[in-house]
Amino acid sequence: MSNSTFKSWYQSGSPWVWLNAGAVSISLIAVIGLVLLIAVRGLSHFWPADIMSVEYNEPGLEPTVLIGERVDHEIVPAERVPSDYQLREGQISVERYLLKIGNRDQFGLDFRWVNKDWMGEVSYPEDILAIERREWGHFYGYLQSVVEQGEIVADGEQAWPEFQQRLERSNNLVAEIKYIEKIEIGKINQALESLRLDERRLELDNVPEDNAAYAEIEAAKAVQNEKYAKLQTRLSELSQALMRDQVVMQMSNGDEVVIPMAKIVDVVKPNDMNRLEKLQHYFHEVWKFVSGEPREANTEGGIFPAIFGTVMMVLIMSVIVTPFGVIAAIYLKEYAKQGFVTRTIRIAVNNLAGVPSIVYGVFGLGFFVYFLGGNIDEIFFQAKLPSPTFGQPGLMWASLTLAILTVPVVIVATEEGLSRIPRAMREGSLALGATKAETLWRTVIPMAAPAMMTGLILAVARAAGEVAPLMMVGVVKLAPALAVDSVAPYLHLDRQFMHLGFHIYDVGFQSPNVEAARPLVYATAFLLLLIIVVLNLTAISIRNRLRENFKASDN
Amino acid sequence: MEAVNQQKNAARSIDIESMNRGPKLNMADETACIEIKNFNLFYGDAQALKDINLTIPRHRVTAFIGPSGCGKSTFLRCFNRMNDLIDNVNIQGQLLLDGEELNSPAVNVSDLRRKVGMVFQKPNPFPKTIYENVAYGLRLQGVNDRQTLDKVVEKSLKGAALWDEVKDRLQSSAMGLSGGQQQRLVIARAIAIEPEVLLLDEPASALDPLSTLKIEELIYELKEKYTIVIVTHNMQQAARVSDYTAFMYMGELIEFGATDELFTNPGKKQTEDYITGRYG
Repeated sequence: MSNSTFKSWYQSGSPWVWLNAGAVSISLIAVIGLVLLIAVRGLSHFWPADIMSVEYNEPGLEPTVLIGERVDHEIVPAERVPSDYQLREGQISVERYLLKIGNRDQFGLDFRWVNKDWMGEVSYPEDILAIERREWGHFYGYLQSVVEQGEIVADGEQAWPEFQQRLERSNNLVAEIKYIEKIEIGKINQALESLRLDERRLELDNVPEDNAAYAEIEAAKAVQNEKYAKLQTRLSELSQALMRDQVVMQMSNGDEVVIPMAKIVDVVKPNDMNRLEKLQHYFHEVWKFVSGEPREANTEGGIFPAIFGTVMMVLIMSVIVTPFGVIAAIYLKEYAKQGFVTRTIRIAVNNLAGVPSIVYGVFGLGFFVYFLGGNIDEIFFQAKLPSPTFGQPGLMWASLTLAILTVPVVIVATEEGLSRIPRAMREGSLALGATKAETLWRTVIPMAAPAMMTGLILAVARAAGEVAPLMMVGVVKLAPALAVDSVAPYLHLDRQFMHLGFHIYDVGFQSPNVEAARPLVYATAFLLLLIIVVLNLTAISIRNRLRENFKASDN
Repeated sequence: MEAVNQQKNAARSIDIESMNRGPKLNMADETACIEIKNFNLFYGDAQALKDINLTIPRHRVTAFIGPSGCGKSTFLRCFNRMNDLIDNVNIQGQLLLDGEELNSPAVNVSDLRRKVGMVFQKPNPFPKTIYENVAYGLRLQGVNDRQTLDKVVEKSLKGAALWDEVKDRLQSSAMGLSGGQQQRLVIARAIAIEPEVLLLDEPASALDPLSTLKIEELIYELKEKYTIVIVTHNMQQAARVSDYTAFMYMGELIEFGATDELFTNPGKKQTEDYITGRYG
């Protein structure tokens, strides 16, 4: 009886339905879970959490007070507890917290595991300050006084408003210094470099030394140097002004520390903030992360250069790969004689998609960077040799390498699209006197455009996620300048760039401060996902608009 | 039928001694538009059309009837060289349009197809607006002047009896039209470039009876200006719309004559069997 019930259940097909639905569910849960994990871990990092002050009585040591932010929590089973730890009778586990105690320059480390058993009273004093510094990470402590040129200008109640006011002034000064250093001095350096190249070119052309051209260059150099000297004076004035203020802070152990105002990025009193203020500060922090530049070996600050590099590379790759792949596919499908050779080429193209990406990286380095780039330098940038221009890894070579990596996807998708255009459409066009090329341009390609977009979407998804080949052809840990700036020719394809994928690897695995870097890895990963999603959604919406235009009739 | 005029003259009378003469239409009174002489067509080794001799009269509707696979569509597609698109097609014999061999290397295929328009079995409007569908052929010829295009689009849509139905939505997609409207749009598209000949390959077979009726009325009107060749499965349709009918079977032209004559008094046993429904 039960046997026949099972058999009929089996025959009804419901096991298959369950199997299929199960597979879909597992995939969905895995994806959603992963995204949620990354999002929660990454985004919670920017929340200004309350800072606790706790008495800590470690046996055999002086009782002390710790100030810090609770970032993690774990329960260690008794078997894994270190041997010097005295377990109570019947205790099977030890609960412990990870505190971010900051002040790395003072304590040597800024994260510390504390045992719950040794913790005394916990309080959240409202006057604890969390200071974000340009170096050494966060500082936690109590504000004592604000000092100008060694003289105390404010202490007690007045210190806090004075601090905020003077911090704003100092941050404005820092911004001005940065502008002069990056933009104005950058321009002068660019000008001096091009003058040097002009001079070198004259030398290479064997122009005699008494030629007037040399004098002109010297004169121009003198003008630039004069400008530079002026800027230098201005810079030293600004730094002088910047050095004016300091704050005196008291640490958890009672010691006083003087922090120059110039070293401070931001300061908050997390325990004194209400929800709204915290939310405001949260978005401010997220914005700083998205728009700022990295500091402290990438473990602090923002990731804007990496976002910019990733997006630029994907866009340049798209611009290269789409026409290339589409044209190749049109030839393969429409013009090439379908036979053994075409079939072989098609199989080869499909197989290219399966080549490990690192192989493309090696190819890119050997062919693009050393061969093509080297030759370009020989021919067009001879004056600059031996320092390479295009003969070194850079944005263009990275984009080209990824274009080669993704071109099979575009070719396959475009061919699929072309073969799906009904014969009747082609014949309709030909019957009106169109040539084959006209039919292609006016009817077939517009109709196959959505398929081409599909290919591009797949290519973008693949390219945005690649890291391995990029490490050889242009990605660096820290790029000195963005690929786009205000100096002609504005788009510098020869420059090295930062990439979110590589940034994840670098921050996560090459950074000296693991605990500090971990949330940034999650945040960066989340941002990379977000960018891929945005790039894809853009492409998909373009495709859908195209599809709308070419909706096939139902009859 | 066997006797053919060798002169390469566009307008001339035709010697049709061996043909049945109808009371109203007479091949002797017609001028030739397309002449087919000793025409053979092979798909690789298989012969699809066998030694066909036929003259298609100007400004008349000529119907090709016959069972499926008899080669009538293949034959029709020879008149605008649509078979060029298929590999392995070989042809022998003469195919003269206005007295000129249309398979000669000197003929520009695009020019030929402008002269010989074609409408297919399934409506195949382009996924563009109604306006752009009709303007397609003109744009191909480099006509981009808005006023000219407007005029031609209106005239063609009126010619295809579609103007009243679409005049308010010329800029909407042609894919939104019904099957019958789409087929008339395709006809409008074909007549927009003013061909001499219009080839209709079972133009109504995918349509409902009402749309079919409209297409048939349209064919009747169009013959004033165009020479029309229509392939059809439907013998009633052939009888209704055509002036002359050719019956084909297994790649051979069995009989050709004025439609009235052929349907009321077929000359061959095979024709009679087919039109009375005994095979096919």
